[in-house]
Amino acid sequence: MIKSKIKQLLIGKQAGTVTLPYPFSPRPSEPGYRGRVVVDTDKCVGCGGCADVCPARCILITDESPFIRIIRRYLDRCIHCGRCEDVCIYDAVHLDGEYELATTDRSDLFIEQVLFMGTCSRCGRCYIPPNPLDRLMVVGFRKDEKWSGQR
Amino acid sequence: MTKEGFIRRFHSKAFGRSLWVFHTNVGACNGCDIEILDVLTPFFDVERFGIKLVGSPRHADVLLVAGPVTVPMMEPLKRLYEAVPSPKLVVAVGACAVGGCVWFDTYNVVGGVDKVIPVDLYIPGCPPKPEAIIYGVALALGLVPKKVGPVRAGHEIPPELEEAVRQMTLARQLSEVAQASDTDPTDGSEQGGLK
Repeated sequence: MIKSKIKQLLIGKQAGTVTLPYPFSPRPSEPGYRGRVVVDTDKCVGCGGCADVCPARCILITDESPFIRIIRRYLDRCIHCGRCEDVCIYDAVHLDGEYELATTDRSDLFIEQVLFMGTCSRCGRCYIPPNPLDRLMVVGFRKDEKWSGQR
Repeated sequence: MTKEGFIRRFHSKAFGRSLWVFHTNVGACNGCDIEILDVLTPFFDVERFGIKLVGSPRHADVLLVAGPVTVPMMEPLKRLYEAVPSPKLVVAVGACAVGGCVWFDTYNVVGGVDKVIPVDLYIPGCPPKPEAIIYGVALALGLVPKKVGPVRAGHEIPPELEEAVRQMTLARQLSEVAQASDTDPTDGSEQGGLK
């Protein structure tokens, strides 16, 4: 009995400490990990490609006027799939390795971009096509539905 | 007093020794549950902070919720919240529990735990890394600072166009009001197939 306990102690001594000292010492994430969404407003042209591919539909685009386009990202429901990063040909969206996103307030997970856009002289149209496939093809103003921004 | 400061004081008074956690799943895909299980292994070891899973909500201090709240689970979740003795903390783990994930507007899902019961701590991620859950715990204990905040960025409007932008915005808002008064708001046929 005592012998086996001593043996256990020795084995435990050999293994050493395996527990991470994590909150007291930093632990960087692995390369390629998709964490926090970072948007570079200077590179973004406001094409809205990311909003079309987002599975959680957390990117909402609203045209306030022919000059102003507002992109709102409700990242509380973001699933960090990285499709917005893949689809952006201007490298404006990047998912970095930051994973420490815990918060006490849901509105902390929110990005709002106000983009100054040029105005197209041809397409002054403004309507919501009936199905999502038609919606991908539309030119002109975009206006996300009121229900989709609910929190 | 900030909410973090409140939680820190609340924790030091009410939960001085250890937090006993009741883990519940209200429609999650088990991804978050597996990460929560990971947190309890010797490698991550949250028992350093005195955290322990218990089998009954009546023994628990903390309700750990994973999953978007499906409509059949809404009433059981309310009963579960009432079963936990006060003072209690509610922690939402995963994108589903925080904001509803891809099911935020689905017909049979409430979409977010905070629409049913008050939530004190949100841990986003799909699923969150075990380290992210430990970070959330440490945030509740007041060991680490909060790192995220709302971001508002944008271009500057050229001053010679400011007047034009203001007029255009006004015209657009007026046209929307006119459009809304023309059509019946209860009729959902215009909203398209997404709804």
